[in-house]
Amino acid sequence: MTTVLRRVAPQLLTLVAVIMLVSIYFPSFWQIVYVNERLVGIPIDVIKRGAPVALLAIGMTLVIATRGIDLSVGAVMAICGASAAWSIDQGFGLWAALGIALVAGLICGLWNGLLVAVFDIQPIVATLILMVAGRGIAQLITGGTILTFDNDAFSYLGSGTLLGVPVPAVIWVLTGIGFGLLVRRTALGLLVESIGVNLRASTLTGINSRVLLIAVYMGSGFCAALAGIIATADIRGADANNAGLWLELDAILAVVIGGNSLLGGRFSILASILGAMIIQTINTGILLAGFPSEFNLVIKAVLVIIILVLQSPRVLPQLAYLWRGRRDRSQRPKQSQTSQQNAGTETKT
Amino acid sequence: MSIRALPLYATIAIFLLAYLICYIQFPAMLSTRVIGNLLTDNAYLGIVAVGMTIVIISGGIDLSVGSVIAFSGVFIAVVLRDTGIHPLVVFAMLLAITTAFGAAMGGMIYLLAMPPFIVTLAGMFLARGASYMLSIDSVPIADPLYQLMQRAYYVMPGRGRLTLLGMIMIMAVVVGMIVLHRTRFGTNVYALGGGEATARLMGVAVGRTTVAVYAFSGFMAGLSGIVFSVYTSAGYPLATVGVELSAIAAVVIGGTLLTGGSGYMFGTLIGVLTMGLIQTYIVFDGSLSSWWTKIVIGGLLLMFILLQKGLLRLRIHQ
Repeated sequence: MTTVLRRVAPQLLTLVAVIMLVSIYFPSFWQIVYVNERLVGIPIDVIKRGAPVALLAIGMTLVIATRGIDLSVGAVMAICGASAAWSIDQGFGLWAALGIALVAGLICGLWNGLLVAVFDIQPIVATLILMVAGRGIAQLITGGTILTFDNDAFSYLGSGTLLGVPVPAVIWVLTGIGFGLLVRRTALGLLVESIGVNLRASTLTGINSRVLLIAVYMGSGFCAALAGIIATADIRGADANNAGLWLELDAILAVVIGGNSLLGGRFSILASILGAMIIQTINTGILLAGFPSEFNLVIKAVLVIIILVLQSPRVLPQLAYLWRGRRDRSQRPKQSQTSQQNAGTETKT
Repeated sequence: MSIRALPLYATIAIFLLAYLICYIQFPAMLSTRVIGNLLTDNAYLGIVAVGMTIVIISGGIDLSVGSVIAFSGVFIAVVLRDTGIHPLVVFAMLLAITTAFGAAMGGMIYLLAMPPFIVTLAGMFLARGASYMLSIDSVPIADPLYQLMQRAYYVMPGRGRLTLLGMIMIMAVVVGMIVLHRTRFGTNVYALGGGEATARLMGVAVGRTTVAVYAFSGFMAGLSGIVFSVYTSAGYPLATVGVELSAIAAVVIGGTLLTGGSGYMFGTLIGVLTMGLIQTYIVFDGSLSSWWTKIVIGGLLLMFILLQKGLLRLRIHQ
C-alpha cells in the first residue's frame, strides 16, 4: 500500500495543487448536492466528463508499458460509436449494440496488434494507419451523417446515474479496477513490463511476447470501445468526425503526467487515471474560473509544460550533464570536428 | 541501384501508375490545368512536409505544425488589420516568430530529454491557443499585395496556371533537398536519426542539430502559413486542424522511414502529390464520397510501410 502511495504521490500532489488553484477562483468547488436522485457538483462533473480520457488512459498505459503507443484510439472510439448507433438504428437492441461495438474495438486492437507484433512495424506508424483510415471507416458506417437514435437503455450508459453516481464514472472505475486486478494479481503486468524493457530478452526467456503484445493492443481497443459507447450514448448520436477527436493526445498526455515513461517498462494504471483527472480538472477549472474561452488552450499548454518539467526527474541531472558536456566540448573542439567529418563520409556511403 | 533508394523508386512508380489509371479513366487529368491546380492546392501541405521530412529523418516528430499554420494566418491578418505595417515586414516578423518557436521546442526536447511527441504536442496546444487569443473569428485579408500574389501565375502550354504558390512549394522542396542532401547539417540530421548515442560518439553536436531541425520545421510551417493565408485570403484560428497528420502521411508515403535515418526529400513531394491526386480523382469521379480519401490514404500508408519492411528484410539477408 505504501509503495503504491509513494508511486502516485507526485500525481496526487499535482491534482491537489490544481484543485486548490481552481478553488481560489471558484470557492464552491467542493459543493455536492443530491438532486433528483443524482449527485450534482463539480467533482462529480469532473469524474463524469473525464470518463473517455480515463478509459483510454487505462489501455494506453499498458500499450506504452510495452514501449508502444496507440494513436488510433480516437478513431476507434468513432468506429465503435458508429457501429453501436448503427446496430440500434437497425433495431438490434441494447445488448447486440454493445456486443457489436466491443467486438469492433477488439478487432481494431487485433489489427494494430498484428501489425506491431507479427509484421514488426513500429507502433507509432502501425497505429497511424488506423488513425487516418479509421474516421473514414466510421463515416462509411454512418453514411456520412450524424447517426442519431432514440434508445433510453443505451443513453443510460452516457447520461444515467447509479446510486447517484454518473454511469460513465462507474464504468471507468470498474474498468480500471478490472484491468488493475488483471495485471497486478497475475504475472501479466510483470510480463508486460519485461516486454517494454527488452522485447528480445523477454522472448528468449520464454515469454510469448507476440500473443501478449496483441492482447495489450486489443485491451486498448476494448477501452476505446467503452469510451466510444459512452461518448455516443451521451449525445444520443454517432458523430464520425468529432467523436474522440484528439482524445488520443489527451490519453497519451494523461499517461505521461502519470509518470509512465514513453520508453516502456514500469507502469501504474492508477497514476495514469490520476493524470486523466488532472487534465479534466484543468479543463473544467479553466471554464469555471471564468477565463475567456480563447485562453483555454494556452493555459492548458502552460500547465502541462510546468507539470512535465517538474515531474521530469532528469531535469537537474540533465542540466549538470549539459554543464559538464559544454566544458568537455570547449576543451577539445578540434577532435569533435574531425569526427563530424568522418560521420559525414560514413553516412554517404 | 541501392536498396536504400528503393522506397523512393516505388513511390514514384506508384504515383505514375496511379496517374496512368486516372488518365485512362479521365483523359483530362493530364492537362496542365489539373497539374497546375494540383501544385497550387497542395502548396501549403508540400511546404510543411519539407520541414516534417527533416524532423522525421532526425528521428523526431513535429505535431505543432498545423497549429502554427493557423497561428500564422491569424497573426498576419490581425497585424495587417490593426497596423499599417507592410505585408513583407509582417512576413519577416512571422517567420522570425515561428522559427524561434520551433527552436524553443527543439531546445526543450534536448535540454529536458523529453520525447518530441509530448513537447510538440504542448507546442500544438500553445500555438492553437495563441491564435484563439488573437482572434476567434475568421479575419479577412484585403491587402493589395495579397491580390497581386494571388494573380501572379505563369501560363503553361495548355492554359494551365503555374501559380506563385505552386512555385514557392517547388522552391521549398529544392531548398529542402539542398539542405538535407548537400550540407553538413543534413548529414548530421541523418546521423541523429540513425541513433542519438552513435551520433554523439561520432561528434555530431546533438543539441545544436536538434534545435536547428525544429527551427527549420518552424520556419517551413510559418512559410506554409503565409502561403495558406494567400490561398484563402483570411486568417482563421480553426483552420488546418490535422495538417500535421497529412504531412506525416505524405512523408511516409514518400518513402521516409518513421524511425528516422533514412529518406529523401523528393519522395515527400511525390507523397504530397499522390495524396492530392487521390483527392482530384474523387472530385473528377463525383460519385465517391469524401471519406474514401481517408481510407485510401490509410491503405497507401499500409502498403508503403509493408514495402519498406520487406526491403529492410531483403537488405538484412544480403
